[in-house]
Amino acid sequence: MAIFGLWVINKAGGLVYQRSFADGLAQLTSNEYLVLAGTLHGIHAITSRLSPIPGQSSGAQVIEGETFKISVLLTLTGTKFILLTSPAEPASSIDVLLQKIYTTYAEKVMQNPFHTPEMPIRSEAFDVSLGALIS
Amino acid sequence: MNSSVEHLSPTTSSARFSLPSKSTAGPKPNIYERNLNKTRVAEVSAASLSFLFSEVVQYTQKRVSGVNDLERRLNTLGYRVGARVLELTAYRAESSLKAPKREIRLLPALMAIHTQIWRAVYGRPADAIEKSVENVDEYMIIDNDPLIERHISVPRDLSGLSCSSFSAGIVEAVLDGLGFPARVTAHHTPTSTHPTRTTILIKLEKSVLDREDVLK
Repeated sequence: MAIFGLWVINKAGGLVYQRSFADGLAQLTSNEYLVLAGTLHGIHAITSRLSPIPGQSSGAQVIEGETFKISVLLTLTGTKFILLTSPAEPASSIDVLLQKIYTTYAEKVMQNPFHTPEMPIRSEAFDVSLGALIS
Repeated sequence: MNSSVEHLSPTTSSARFSLPSKSTAGPKPNIYERNLNKTRVAEVSAASLSFLFSEVVQYTQKRVSGVNDLERRLNTLGYRVGARVLELTAYRAESSLKAPKREIRLLPALMAIHTQIWRAVYGRPADAIEKSVENVDEYMIIDNDPLIERHISVPRDLSGLSCSSFSAGIVEAVLDGLGFPARVTAHHTPTSTHPTRTTILIKLEKSVLDREDVLK
């Protein structure tokens, strides 16, 4: 029952924030993170068209593997919050956490005059609040 | 695209956003004729203020070259707000008290800024007011968690910037209005418990100190 990491992807598919919360995880280079985020963005876009039920559907919201679970929160503006957790983490608590992360993002990042929208997030206040939120 | 003025007429049924829903008898009262005490206890959401102030800082940053110039411009903007805050606070105090006072001595004036002006602008009094031990003409107002700076993270290349220069401008305008000319600046003085703690440094002009000595 652990939270492994958080990624924030902008509406164009570029990774704007990446952070690991647990030790002992495989270390990737920043380039690999960018590639993975872009791939996930593409998969999310494809899955939003795969629904057999006619009408609008969102893309993949949870992707589960044996050792991990990826939860995706897609906001109205196209920003994606990806939370990487252990598979045992309950879905309700993940949803609540993703909403809180979104609120923190709206406060510390969007209300920061020194942040350019859709650009990588370099905000100490965001890092500090996230650290307080997760742990 | 329909470019005629038809859609503005109150007789059409298309969606309207700015016309009143019922017809009022007589001319509509405009904002200048509204009673000043009407919005006395009105509150604005902190998020709206943060977004507005964030845009103020971004707008100023595009037009300056350097931290000092940015602080000076924010100070000027705060000055314009402070002049109006002083008048409004004095007017509202007048209507509630029987014998409204105007502060003519330095220490009561600083205390009035510390409590009433801060309460009028930010909803709570400032955290501390101190007198400098080195210089006799310096006083400091300390705010542990300035409302406008709550979500601001200053990047490393602009370190030393304090967006509370806006509050410093407000204080400078209030002091000027009360007759205590001073130079007011804001400095970021974080502690471990309060990472956004700010000190507003008030450097009074010599004429103020001379007058205080005479009145003593």
